[in-house]
Amino acid sequence: MAVRVVLASYLAAFADEERRIELPARPETVRAALESLGRIYPGVRARILTEQGHLRPHVNVFVEDESIRFLEGLSTPLPAECEISILPAVSGG
Amino acid sequence: MKGKVEAAPISVEPGDPILLVGTTKGAFLLRSRPERRAWDIGGPHFPGLSVYAMAFDDRAGRRRLWAAPKSEHFGAELVCSDDFGASWQRPETPSIRFPAETEASLANIWQIAPGGAAEPDVLHCGVEPAALFTSRDAGRTWALNEPLWNHPHRSKWTPGGGGLCLHTILPGERLAVAVSTGGVYRSDDGGSSWAPRNRGISVYFLPEKEPEFGQCVHKVVRDRRKPQRMYLQHHFGVYRSDDGGDAWRNIGSGLPSDFGFAMAIHPRDPETIWILPLEADEFRCTPQARLRVYRTRDGGRSWEAMTRGLPQRLAYETVLRDAMCVDELDPVGVYFGTRSGKLYASRDEGRSWRAIAEGLPPITCVKAARAPGRARSRASARRPASRGRRRAA
Repeated sequence: MAVRVVLASYLAAFADEERRIELPARPETVRAALESLGRIYPGVRARILTEQGHLRPHVNVFVEDESIRFLEGLSTPLPAECEISILPAVSGG
Repeated sequence: MKGKVEAAPISVEPGDPILLVGTTKGAFLLRSRPERRAWDIGGPHFPGLSVYAMAFDDRAGRRRLWAAPKSEHFGAELVCSDDFGASWQRPETPSIRFPAETEASLANIWQIAPGGAAEPDVLHCGVEPAALFTSRDAGRTWALNEPLWNHPHRSKWTPGGGGLCLHTILPGERLAVAVSTGGVYRSDDGGSSWAPRNRGISVYFLPEKEPEFGQCVHKVVRDRRKPQRMYLQHHFGVYRSDDGGDAWRNIGSGLPSDFGFAMAIHPRDPETIWILPLEADEFRCTPQARLRVYRTRDGGRSWEAMTRGLPQRLAYETVLRDAMCVDELDPVGVYFGTRSGKLYASRDEGRSWRAIAEGLPPITCVKAARAPGRARSRASARRPASRGRRRAA
């Protein structure tokens, strides 16, 4: 396994309904992984990151089981093999 | 997917009146016959997403619905449908995006406004943070209006209860917009330059009582044929202008409250508007718990309460800034939706009302349109297909 991204169902609509995507290169950070994902599926990137490249406030990104908010954010380094989960925060009413 | 909500479409025939209803949990489409006795309702489209802006573009042979669904998680975007909601075209990358140098990000789309009669491919969007975007190719590509974005006043605009949004666009030769809170701005050169147009509008929430800008304008309407006539609902105060917004005078005398959000103008009579007063400042519900639409037919010299068919006790209702509209039929139909999810209609210019839908999510916008083409006579009209259709009233 290399770096694999797991998408929320809302995002799969912009990824040919794929929910598990193995990235072609070995990204070194979460940001690089999201950019790599965005080259394949620009619509996914646009819904995870704002047009200024910031992570949307109610989107959670996990490297394995840990939220990147408690690591180094988009600069969080990635091991050679890992799973990144992109999920909506539990919020709203 | 388990639990997925499928939108029920409506079947629309030429000449049908249509209502576009945005809510905090999706959009609904309603259709009727020109008599407007009964309405079919379809939806929800975009279930779970808020929809603050919708529009129908029937210019240049189009029959295109526009909507602005916003996911609290994944952002707002502009989508369209050429088949009355049976399918929606959703750009892979959202078409309204702030340029990098602005360092801003789109929070919501508050208004979608087709351009004037002389510009059939122009569309405008008012967004949050307060800015104007314009398309000159019928909505395919969009550009930020930089003169307004770079206006020296912008840094002093402040957010109202709904955020810092540009919520009203009056297209045409004298392009006007309203920002909450910033006030009215008008461009007489196609959007190349902008000037505040708030003279006469008084505020209680700033030290200066009639500032050049900073007013909390809630809605502005303009007569199509006599565009110098405008009306404005302010945070407190109902105003009229006879010179295209150069100066405003208060016409709120005789109302139970001069606070409110919604306002609609008669499509053929510049003397007639409808408003829905609310008790303010914190309460923001209908005064005395009575749901009353107020109408003037003499340009604001006098007001009459329109109550027939509307609840007159225990009606603590709120109607938001885009949740009232009129159609163009004769007599004019007037429509409004409440935050408690009730949708009311009058087909006699406000004299009588009935609820055509209840139990919807909180209603954020109501827009009336008419399907292009000539309506068939009632005798020859075939009932539309009933797939997913529900009778609203």
